Amino acid sequence: MSEKIKIKIDGKEFEVEKGITILEACKRFGIKIPTLCYHPDLTVAGICRICVVEIEGMDKLQPACAYPIDREMSIKTHSNKVRIARKTNLELILSEHYGDCYTCVRNGKCELQKLAADFGIDRYIFPSVTSPKYKIDNSSHAIVRDPNKCIHCKRCIRTCIDLQQVAALETANRGHNVQIQTALNKPISEVICINCGQCINRCPTGALRAKDPADEIWDAICDPSKFVVIQTAPSPRAAIGEEFGYPPGTCVTGKLNAALRRIGFDRIFDTNFAADLTIMEEGSELIERLKRKLVEGDKSVKLPMFTSCSPGWVKFIEHYYPQYLDHLSTCKSPQQMFGAIIKTYYAQKIGIDPAKIVTVALMPCAAKKFECNRPEMRDSGYKDVDYGLTTREMAAMIKEAGIDLHDMPDEDFDHPLGLGSGAGLIFGSTGGVMEAALRTVYEIVTGRPVPFKDLDITPIRGMEWIREASLVMENVKPEYKFLEGVEVKVAVAHGTANAKKLLRRLEEGKLDYHFIEIMACPGGCLGGGGQPIPTTPEIREARARAIYEEEKRLPVRKSHENPEIKQLYEEFLGKPLGELSHKLLHTHYTPRGKYFLGEENVL
Amino acid sequence: MIEKKVLLNKLDRGEAILRAVKMGSEKIVSLIKDSELRGRGGAGFPTGIKWERVLNQSEKERYLICNADEGEPGTFKDRILLEEYTEKMIEGMIIGQIAIGAKKSFIYLRQEYKFLAEKIKNTIEEYKKLFGDKVDFQIDLRFGAGAYVCGEEFALIESLNGFRGEPRNKPPFPTEKGFKNKPTVVNNVETLCNIPHIVLNGASWFKKFGVKGCYGTKLFSVAGDVEKPGIYEVEMGIPLIELLEHVGGVDSKAVQVGGYAGTTVVPEDYYKTLCFGDLPPGGSIIVIGKNRDMGKVLENILEFFLEESCGQCTPCREGNYRLLEGLRLLRDGKASIKYLKTLFTLCDVMKISAKCGLGQSSPNSFLAIMKNFKDEILYNER
Ligand SMILES: Cc1cc2nc3c(=O)[nH]c(=O)nc-3n(C[C@H](O)[C@H](O)[C@H](O)COP(=O)(O)O)c2cc1C
Ligand code: SF4
Repeated sequence: MSEKIKIKIDGKEFEVEKGITILEACKRFGIKIPTLCYHPDLTVAGICRICVVEIEGMDKLQPACAYPIDREMSIKTHSNKVRIARKTNLELILSEHYGDCYTCVRNGKCELQKLAADFGIDRYIFPSVTSPKYKIDNSSHAIVRDPNKCIHCKRCIRTCIDLQQVAALETANRGHNVQIQTALNKPISEVICINCGQCINRCPTGALRAKDPADEIWDAICDPSKFVVIQTAPSPRAAIGEEFGYPPGTCVTGKLNAALRRIGFDRIFDTNFAADLTIMEEGSELIERLKRKLVEGDKSVKLPMFTSCSPGWVKFIEHYYPQYLDHLSTCKSPQQMFGAIIKTYYAQKIGIDPAKIVTVALMPCAAKKFECNRPEMRDSGYKDVDYGLTTREMAAMIKEAGIDLHDMPDEDFDHPLGLGSGAGLIFGSTGGVMEAALRTVYEIVTGRPVPFKDLDITPIRGMEWIREASLVMENVKPEYKFLEGVEVKVAVAHGTANAKKLLRRLEEGKLDYHFIEIMACPGGCLGGGGQPIPTTPEIREARARAIYEEEKRLPVRKSHENPEIKQLYEEFLGKPLGELSHKLLHTHYTPRGKYFLGEENVL
Repeated sequence: MIEKKVLLNKLDRGEAILRAVKMGSEKIVSLIKDSELRGRGGAGFPTGIKWERVLNQSEKERYLICNADEGEPGTFKDRILLEEYTEKMIEGMIIGQIAIGAKKSFIYLRQEYKFLAEKIKNTIEEYKKLFGDKVDFQIDLRFGAGAYVCGEEFALIESLNGFRGEPRNKPPFPTEKGFKNKPTVVNNVETLCNIPHIVLNGASWFKKFGVKGCYGTKLFSVAGDVEKPGIYEVEMGIPLIELLEHVGGVDSKAVQVGGYAGTTVVPEDYYKTLCFGDLPPGGSIIVIGKNRDMGKVLENILEFFLEESCGQCTPCREGNYRLLEGLRLLRDGKASIKYLKTLFTLCDVMKISAKCGLGQSSPNSFLAIMKNFKDEILYNER
């Protein structure tokens, strides 16, 4: 198909398709080229100059990550010229990096540290910085920026601008004064950052990290007057193993439960349960919207309805498309629903003063930290969720407690509130919420399971950025007669750049779906900003595989068949969209706009 | 030797355009190729080949950009063309558009030359009136914002695209993916001013000037410790000494040739010639008088690069900083001669691994001055 070209790498002959980069070619043939500013998810910058190689006949070295093989060429990957250039460039970076490795969150997992070790760096060649020059930006609930550790690889910028199209981070100044900054160098909490934390996952050093609440959580655990409850989201269990040396795509649900119990959490609950609850509410909301719009012609009802479980996505639409907030489902995310239920229903049930309960949420996500601190998230009368903890931070707590996951037995969640369906589990992957919702909505409306083999709604699975499906409602139950013959059209997108594509179509009036799932992070929650580093397409796919495989094994695979959910409605909530649901499980949004100059956000 | 032969000579208005219209794309391009005209913006790339590359692209939306960002320290040769020979540049651009099949072109004018905008716009209008019915052309004026690096063709294009002015990796070259990712020719003002002359007088006429491989005449802006500073048109390939004799700069300590990105030439080398492959014929000649402190000269050069680096790539962002720091340490006796060797290695690394011409050429003067004036600069107890 595409033209083949003969090349030589370090004297050996190979054949490749015209146009691939030198780095791709080398990777294919098992020749390792060190890289730093390169990341498989991002646009190519070619600025660190660590991956330079020598091409015969050219006096300048070329970056392997950016140079396309456009002709026959002979490449040297470790000539003296190459070696000295790489090492010198690395030394230049190191001497400007205020590292302090042993006090760094990325100690042992830092790409710069690894490179320095690989290159055998044993001293600073150039005068090195010995004290921090810049203030750490601690303003956000989610993201912490330490410019002293920044090496200007711009991976964060390319994440924020190109991958996510948020553009909260940009390059400021020139020359040696170059800095990665927010607009006007404002605290990151005051700009349009959506807290997705994708920049953290792609930062090679410790310049970006999430705000860690571990100390407060330890304090609560060690305080006998506190009742500390943790809920664990679906994707951390498919990824936390990576922090303990398991290969990506290993589900360690049972071991994780055991570790949490050893640490001293009083109850361990499954966020999948709350995901099922979300489906009950959100599915009912969808049917309600369809009814009011299609049957009653209510113009105030907006379709398509967007999912609202991804707090990065919620803040994105609040900033970028506040005019479409009515399209967002009013359902809180599973995390927040759960917090409200624990501090009301569960507190009553076991007779504990909710003031004494501390709720921790183990999440794959940085934005969850912001979400739990939203002022409106106090419907239980208390802060519904006290702390959002990332997968990485949880791993560190487990290690700090001297626990190795490998040594743990498999243990169950606590019940009730510890049973989640398979539908709840697949919330962890892009497309999962939609699949879970369709399984329930279709069955509620028709009385039959979704017409897909083994309940697997394959058209909306996978990692395509935007996917779509449709489902005709046939032979519906009498009470849903208004839906007879209606073709429900749905779409799924992940990554806010792709959300933007759909919103642009909405702006043009060309979006004729009824329901759209959007996750802020590439891959959905399993690629969240709180997940183990590194992240690559392959790692995300492995995590997704693990989630879908585990879901197949679960006894309950539909949210509405979860017995503990039925119990919750019977004992407490009444019915979906009921009065108590409205109070505890639904929320409203804040139009923020993208401009923050002046007194108020301008829309 | 020093006369107004081509560029500073007069041009019969519009004749070249009429001729070019008759010739059409292919013939113009092959004429310019025959003339072996090389770009006057610094790199000396053959203009005809650049045009041909765009002409051969399958994409039909194409652009021509006149690089009038003249930012090299000591260079003011484009300014006289922009100010007094505006019509030559405009004619060069119109002919260029015909040659490469572009419907639109831009003049990227440095902010500091804003006072020339009126004159340029009026000239464009005049040509529009005269030739608008014969040639489908459009010329828009755009301004830089004071960044030296935006004279680099890709940084310039990024800036025109509305982004931060930073050089890109090549390939693809602007001729494939330039402005709006469409095939684009970027040419220096002086390059374009040569075009109407070549169209009118032919390639062999042009090749009567200059030396083999480097034909034509060249403008030099001469400044510094010299009796007669100013702008001179000379044939390519003249020895530096001849120009220095003419302007009264022979009795000097060194000459900065080709701007700060060029190199520092010491008197033993004044015999060398100004042409591609020898002394960089960029256009800037700064004569450094006998009483100058070479440490200060170098410090000034390095400060310039440190400030003007776009800061994206490691060797340039950090390297220029280390060179300046190193110079000061060495001068103050705070670094050993061994560290100077480290800095020389750094210079070599910058030259071969920086992303663009800025970082690749900024060590030139460090190397030249440190090698030739080490004893003057290094700290000694005396
Ligand atoms: C840092 C830097 C600054 C430059 N500044 C200019 C400039 O001010 N004017 C110019 O014509 N070319 C400048 N160039 C060269 C351009 O990149 C480009 O080669 C030139 O405009 C091409 O035109 P030519 O082929 O007619 O010479 C600069 C290059 C570099 C690396
Ligand atoms: S060499 Fe300097 S100016 Fe050029 S890309 Fe690198 S940092 Fe920017």
